[in-house]
Amino acid sequence: MIWLAWKMLTGDRAKFLGIVFGVAFGSVLIAQQSSIFVGLMRRTSSQIIDITSADIWVMDKRQQNIDEIRPMPENRLYQVRGVDGVAWAVRLFKGNVRAKTSEGNFRQAIMVGIDDASLTGAPPLMTRGAVEDLRRPDGVIVDEDGYRVLFPNQPIELGRTLDMNDRRAIVVGTCKSTPPFQTFPIIYTRYSQAVHYIPRERNTLSFVLVKAQAGQSVAELCRRIAQQTNLLAMSWVDFLMFNIQYYLENTGIPINFGITVTLGFIVGGAIAGQTFYLFTLENLKHFGSLKAMGVDNWRLIGMVIFQALTVGLMGFGIGLGLAATFFEVTERSGQGDLRGMFIPWQIVAITATAVTFIVLAASLASLRKVLFLEPAAVFK
Amino acid sequence: MIGPAEQFAATLAPPVPRAQAAVHCRGVTKFFGADETKVTALAGVDVDIPYGELALLVGPSGCGKTTLISIVAGLLDATAGEVEVLGANLDTLRGSKLVRFRSANIGFVFQQYNLLPALTAEENVAVPLLVRGEPRAQAVRKGAEMLAEVGLGDRRKSRPSHLSGGQQQRVAIARALVGEPRLLVCDEPTAALDARSGQNVMQLIKRIAVKSDRAVIVVTHDSRVYAYGDRVISMSDGKIERVEQPLAATA
Repeated sequence: MIWLAWKMLTGDRAKFLGIVFGVAFGSVLIAQQSSIFVGLMRRTSSQIIDITSADIWVMDKRQQNIDEIRPMPENRLYQVRGVDGVAWAVRLFKGNVRAKTSEGNFRQAIMVGIDDASLTGAPPLMTRGAVEDLRRPDGVIVDEDGYRVLFPNQPIELGRTLDMNDRRAIVVGTCKSTPPFQTFPIIYTRYSQAVHYIPRERNTLSFVLVKAQAGQSVAELCRRIAQQTNLLAMSWVDFLMFNIQYYLENTGIPINFGITVTLGFIVGGAIAGQTFYLFTLENLKHFGSLKAMGVDNWRLIGMVIFQALTVGLMGFGIGLGLAATFFEVTERSGQGDLRGMFIPWQIVAITATAVTFIVLAASLASLRKVLFLEPAAVFK
Repeated sequence: MIGPAEQFAATLAPPVPRAQAAVHCRGVTKFFGADETKVTALAGVDVDIPYGELALLVGPSGCGKTTLISIVAGLLDATAGEVEVLGANLDTLRGSKLVRFRSANIGFVFQQYNLLPALTAEENVAVPLLVRGEPRAQAVRKGAEMLAEVGLGDRRKSRPSHLSGGQQQRVAIARALVGEPRLLVCDEPTAALDARSGQNVMQLIKRIAVKSDRAVIVVTHDSRVYAYGDRVISMSDGKIERVEQPLAATA
């Protein structure tokens, strides 16, 4: 009977493709838009994602996210180091600078000043040069995509110079970083140097990065740091979620993407559902004939569910493939600055669930007609 | 050649001994709706249809023909009365037992053929065997053999849309007979066909469907095919008006 269900489903190719298209349309919108949304949320926390060597991030207790920084006095570092259970604690600067290239281009950039001694906070993957090159005078490392923004249409080469706050910086390395929320270049340098690249401020300490001693509970250490220093201390993952939560609550991003994803679900569901429903209605006399010939309701349910799952699986596969192709093509072509965006497995699972819901809802609406069909209706 | 209706000559049919009745109905009543909307479709039908005969069920629209064959075929429950088909009391068959009984014993021919457009002729014929659980290759092979019997061996790979109305009805007849049913129920098999195709279809039913261990019931409006019946059962207002035998059948 599965063979028969398949034949009935694919007999009218236009309708069959229409249903598959509907599901694929819903899938591609749900998968693509959800992935961009997740990608954007990841970008809001890109610097947090890239610095994994520390267990705890310590900051001013009124800080709400990683971008709006309330700098702390330098002595905060020593207060944190004094807390029992801290293996090490280092400084981290994060702020925005205006960079001028030797060609005269001006670009806003994200400046990350890492610990001079340990270089904790360095970029995760170097593509040219080495992290240790930061120890060279005026040395900075620029992320590759940012390099192209600073020096458009020019080959990547080390030794180029930048001017920030009337101070010279020399590009001694390039790296791969998680793309930031604002599409600014990311410039890494030593903490002691970073504070000279920004306009003069009384306090410059953005964060204190902390490593817990072996066997020390991170949550307990966070509580202890907060208690003893009156600062905000969060584990890496808590700070990540804290930052994302800020953007979820204070921007229109979730609503806008939510609307698109919901529309994809509704429109895809409507196209697939309506076409599948009409397909079943048109086949009602055949289902009636099958009933008269001795096919019971369970086998008919099996046939309709098989048909629904088949179009669901095909539409889901095509939709997901299209979404993945979109990200691959945009990544390779560099168009639209969607670099680093991908479809997480959770989005695949969510899309699969949505598609399953769509096809099951469509098949249930159709099944009602089939199940309540009197076999005697074949004579009408 | 079968003559027009006015030339149809018949005599009253003799009663069918109970042992020879493939279909035995007594006091069969069927109501649809309730209270003010209650409609009496069958009002105490008594009828017997013997094995080895082709019985025509005739009468004006709304007289209860379709309701009667639906009940006899186990597709509809009677409100009251006794219905015995092929020795089985349909009242005692319910749910899956009734479905299996239908699948094993009853073949159907529909007015609009009801062939699956996505299947070839031989695949369409194989459907009742697939329903019974036969392997596909075997079912399709038997379907092709049955098609050859109805004279469509050369069209076995054709889809219904590439067949004429008469050919489609022959495929439907082959489909109804492929499972060797002991009761064949045909609903207006000639209604959608021109006169010549209708005659051919009736000749085919008469030639290959009627067997000593099988009863055939054909519902028809078409008076030109009356002479093909061994027994013509006329209905009116939900009752059997008379049961006749065409003179040709008595000869």
